[in-house]
Amino acid sequence: MSTGLGDNEIISRVLKGEQNAYAELVKRYQAYVFTLVLRMLKTREDAEEVAQDVFIKAYRSLADFRGESKFSTWLYTIANTTSITFLRKKKLDVHSLDNEKVFEVADSKDSGFRANLVEQKSRVNMVNEAIAMLSPDDAAIITLFYKAEQNLEEIARILRLETNTVKVRLHRARARLKEKMEKNFSEEVKNIY
Amino acid sequence: MSQQQNIEQQLWSYIDGLSTNEERSTIQKMIETNLEWKNKYHELIEMHQMLNVAELEQPSMRFTKNIMEEIAKLHIAPATKNYINKKIIWGITGFFITLISVFLIYGFAQVDWNFQDDSKPLVDLSTFNIGKFFNNNFVNGFMMVNVLLGLVLLDRVLANKRKKFHKQV
Repeated sequence: MSTGLGDNEIISRVLKGEQNAYAELVKRYQAYVFTLVLRMLKTREDAEEVAQDVFIKAYRSLADFRGESKFSTWLYTIANTTSITFLRKKKLDVHSLDNEKVFEVADSKDSGFRANLVEQKSRVNMVNEAIAMLSPDDAAIITLFYKAEQNLEEIARILRLETNTVKVRLHRARARLKEKMEKNFSEEVKNIY
Repeated sequence: MSQQQNIEQQLWSYIDGLSTNEERSTIQKMIETNLEWKNKYHELIEMHQMLNVAELEQPSMRFTKNIMEEIAKLHIAPATKNYINKKIIWGITGFFITLISVFLIYGFAQVDWNFQDDSKPLVDLSTFNIGKFFNNNFVNGFMMVNVLLGLVLLDRVLANKRKKFHKQV
């Protein structure tokens, strides 16, 4: 069993031919990768497919992981690029998409039943719903910072950006998230603030 | 940037622990003394906490199994640095450095350093016959070096394949 071992130890075991040890890495990071990919792609079916693809790609390229960064940072880089490639294939240009348009798409998608659900939603669900309305870029940066335990330098490495750019983008993403929450969950937000 | 946005940005840096000590004490003072800063701070800290407690999404139960089944059919690709042979890169680098050096040495050798007449250039280009060097002999020599490098590369590839084959047997 590889439970309790560090990521790098598991990786060296896998590289020595102990293929089953890789299952521990998958179990360890599947929720993080799946959350990141789901927040970028928006649908569970696509996220499941892409997240699996991420782990398969990571396995194939495992010999290229030099341990200069955390394994998670390296894995999220693969997750981010695989998700962007998937979105591009689906003719969704993530960079040229105007954030407002993304919001509108997300809004129209479930506006019919939102009103009834608002009352029942916990704060956590509200945050998840609001993140789902963000553009893939904004959702990725928020997820990496809050859920994937990555600091600004690591996020910069994953997204191939300057650290200062990441800082600015994170501020903007949170501002947009707050705007979304105030717009769509005004009653709940009032209770919180 | 509006004043509101500026306050928010400073407060986010404070909450994320990214502000300097000096900035921290200034922001702390503002939160204590200014109502607008205080309200905004509570608003942002509330959101920060909500983002921290948001749960991770879980994939299907078969997720790990699917991946393990898939990778059972695969092999780990060799590290990129292993199939880029450093000796070949050094060989090519050496070849070009030698070539440039030969041209430079020849060029400098053509200069008449004692020449006094300002009306004429230091190097008399009319005497520089480039065709002398790029003649058949030069091209043949160049091609021979390339063929040689190609054969060395082929030999290495075949030797690696032979090694792998013996290992499998």
